[in-house]
Amino acid sequence: MLSYIAKRLAIAVPTLLLLIIISFLLMHAAPGGPFTQERALPPQVLANLEAKYGLDQPLWRQMANYVWGIVAHFDFGPSFIYKDRTVNEIIAQGFPVTLTYGSLSFALAVLVGVSLGVAAAIRHNTWLDYLAVGVSIGAQVLPNFVMAPILVLVFTLWLRWLPGGGWEGGEWQYIIMPVVALSTSFMASIARITRSSMLEVLNSNHIRTARAKGLPERKVILRHALKPAMLPVISYLGPAFVTMITGSVVVDIYFSTGGIGKAFVDSALNRDYAVMMGVTILVGALTILFNLVVDILYAWIDPKIRY
Amino acid sequence: MALLEVRDLGVSFATPDGTVNAVNGVNFTLDKGETLGIVGESGSGKSQLSFAIMGLLAKNGRATGSVMFDGREILNAPPHVINPIRANKIAMVFQDPMTSLNPYMRVADQMAEVLIHHKGMGKSEAVQEAVHMLDAVKIPDAKGRVGLYPHEFSGGMRQRVMIAMSLLCRPELLIADEPTTALDVTVQAQIMTLLADLQRDFGMATILITHDLGVVAGFCEDVLVLYGGQVMEQSPVDPLFQTPTHPYTRGLLRAIPRVDHEGEDLDSIPGSPPNMTNAPRGCPFAPRCDFAADDCRDHLAALTEFAPDRWRACNRTLEELA
Repeated sequence: MLSYIAKRLAIAVPTLLLLIIISFLLMHAAPGGPFTQERALPPQVLANLEAKYGLDQPLWRQMANYVWGIVAHFDFGPSFIYKDRTVNEIIAQGFPVTLTYGSLSFALAVLVGVSLGVAAAIRHNTWLDYLAVGVSIGAQVLPNFVMAPILVLVFTLWLRWLPGGGWEGGEWQYIIMPVVALSTSFMASIARITRSSMLEVLNSNHIRTARAKGLPERKVILRHALKPAMLPVISYLGPAFVTMITGSVVVDIYFSTGGIGKAFVDSALNRDYAVMMGVTILVGALTILFNLVVDILYAWIDPKIRY
Repeated sequence: MALLEVRDLGVSFATPDGTVNAVNGVNFTLDKGETLGIVGESGSGKSQLSFAIMGLLAKNGRATGSVMFDGREILNAPPHVINPIRANKIAMVFQDPMTSLNPYMRVADQMAEVLIHHKGMGKSEAVQEAVHMLDAVKIPDAKGRVGLYPHEFSGGMRQRVMIAMSLLCRPELLIADEPTTALDVTVQAQIMTLLADLQRDFGMATILITHDLGVVAGFCEDVLVLYGGQVMEQSPVDPLFQTPTHPYTRGLLRAIPRVDHEGEDLDSIPGSPPNMTNAPRGCPFAPRCDFAADDCRDHLAALTEFAPDRWRACNRTLEELA
């Protein structure tokens, strides 16, 4: 198992390198650059700027310098737009925010989604099942850019219970709405996957054996059905967790939370190459990490899977 | 008082295509230590019959009639009545040992769970008892293997585990639903010998569900032949084999391969079992029966006792079949 984990981490290095190369090329293939403005800069100024950031060098050289900076100094370079900030600073500032509301959204989505899915499966074809399916379809068709304004309208403008935006170092009043807005559609997906997987497990032979043991239904579900029913859910949760903790541009913009979701989109629009690369690498590394976590969880649940 | 008394047991399923009657009007009684074989082709309703007794029918299934166990009604009984009986008084061995054991739990945990639940044993005592029982079903190195997962056992060994698990509480009745169907032929014989030994040693009543009349001959005292959810013939084993009185039973007996008839073509019953979604109105076997007449497609005679303890349901008289 340990050697498997080591092997997977070793494979992560070329994977990340490939990710860097492809995003680097795609980024530079897009028209425009960080210093393209409506009113063109004098050619001399532009040349100086490009020389300062190394943009005058051949592409392979820029890429090599960039990778070397990361490997040697863990330096993701300066922002091309915010002259006084480095990429490390931007991520260090924004990531804790998205990590906070993302993790909480994740916890909420898993808790509610799994409970809803299990309840629906146990009460298959009853009003509870229909209600749960209805709620999850409703939540699914309410993406965060619809949820967010609805929440603001109800809880800020009508009820005046919660502030409409800001972060304030993560005070609870500021966290609630971002968390709810981000979690609903994930919650719905988790509920649907849990329900269908649970229904399948409940029809399997070993559950009939468990019932034939005279165990109460609660024990049949908790001891025998829940673990196998979680397998497909877990493979969904890995990538979903990464998506959630790396934030959402909609949440960041709507609630002015200042997470990296907004920083990422802004960097793409402004051709802020360094920030764009930094966030891409962060998402890539987290994706690799949590796919590994999913595989380890799989082996823990299913004894037939051994690495 | 009989240990198990089944009266007019019927099983039906509500499906999108209408109601399917899987079992109709089955009657039998079983005393302590007795063995009954229920024989039929796939789809004859024999497994559903056993699920109905244990209350394990699928959600769209409905059981009617009565099943008295030790003088208590257990058919459609609520959980607080049936759960203390399951595994404790009536245990079941299922058809497919590959999928009937929980693949995500160690054998020790799956087995111990039964004793912890019904006998209030502690974990280590329960595991110890599980090891004893694995010894009893002749699993080599039971102590060393009790901590393994089901997939680490072969098919035959898994069925032994399943049998050991069913015997943990020393049940008064064991229902074995095609316990050897999913196994190799050589392993089948081992498992049947094991079951016969255990049945004798533990003195439990046993219902053996099978499609194999040969297995029944060596194991059971009484036989119930099921076709299309109806009892065709019900009799002690020996007279049934000597003088089968139903065309279907005769067909089944002819279809048993025999070593001393090597080289001859194997007899089979032409046609296939009825589709229960629109079961024929009369005798379900009529379309495949050599003796069928017009009245057979219209109605089926009730099960009648034509000799002591021997029952048959057929419109043709014994003389007509001779």
